[in-house]
Amino acid sequence: MTEERTKIARQFIEALPHCRALGMKLDSIGQGEAEIFMPYSEALIGDPDTGVIHGGAVSALMDTCAGASVMSHPKSGPATATIDLRIDYMRAAKPGATITAHAICYHMTRSVAFVRVSANDGTSDVPVAAATGAFTVERT
Amino acid sequence: MMRAKPEPVQVVKERRDAALAALVARVPYITFMGFEFERRGDELTAIMPYRPDLIGNPTLPALHGGALAAFLEVTAIISLGWSLIWPRMEAGEGVEVMPALPKTIDITVDYLRSGLPRDAYARAEITRAGRRYASVRVEAWQDNRARPTVQAMGHFLMPELEVQP
Repeated sequence: MTEERTKIARQFIEALPHCRALGMKLDSIGQGEAEIFMPYSEALIGDPDTGVIHGGAVSALMDTCAGASVMSHPKSGPATATIDLRIDYMRAAKPGATITAHAICYHMTRSVAFVRVSANDGTSDVPVAAATGAFTVERT
Repeated sequence: MMRAKPEPVQVVKERRDAALAALVARVPYITFMGFEFERRGDELTAIMPYRPDLIGNPTLPALHGGALAAFLEVTAIISLGWSLIWPRMEAGEGVEVMPALPKTIDITVDYLRSGLPRDAYARAEITRAGRRYASVRVEAWQDNRARPTVQAMGHFLMPELEVQP
């Protein structure tokens, strides 16, 4: 994807109201792959005893990143919607750390896009969470 | 033998509502998202009041899939936490110290319809609650109860409860 298209995709994703509310930022996008990060915020804490971020916020990040990878796929239509998303939480994210999601749209049929996403906090090779999802492919 | 006089209903209700409020208030993310919980006996209904910052698709407009996923996950966790508190509270034990909340192992979210820019409601059904693992099914709807917006199935790791002396 050209720099110009990345810029447009960044503006589009960062302007989505719920993505803005969670402070998501687009790192890179193109050819069915996307990377979006979410800085740590105390408002997103799910476990008050440890300060670990809530799984729900991580889910929202991974869903956004997966959708972005679908939209950046060369064969994608103008929009997409999640059909299903299964998320495995492997470990707690480190309190204070930015979480980065990386999504790959690895297959696309005429109506369905298949995506794998992982989320990492930069402290280990083991991701915080991993997800697989199916998304709609809009045809014009 | 005389049976103990039952507690006034208002006292019972206040105790239960206070325990639920304390459970929910511990999680900053729930406050951030504006989720609320209503109680009928031991049954909980979660509410996600509509807010413009929950939108993920401004063209339709539709709620963000991630906001709906978070709503289902929070509903499942609070419902499980509540299921730990309730029997203790009803047995007359103090619930000043809240148990740690269950941790999500995995959750599969099924998007059935696009989320309308209106309030959403959710209820969780604990299919199995073991000592270590729990399976929960949770469903959210908006205008029509018979037309769910999203449903999810999740597995959770239960907190280790301290052994009573």
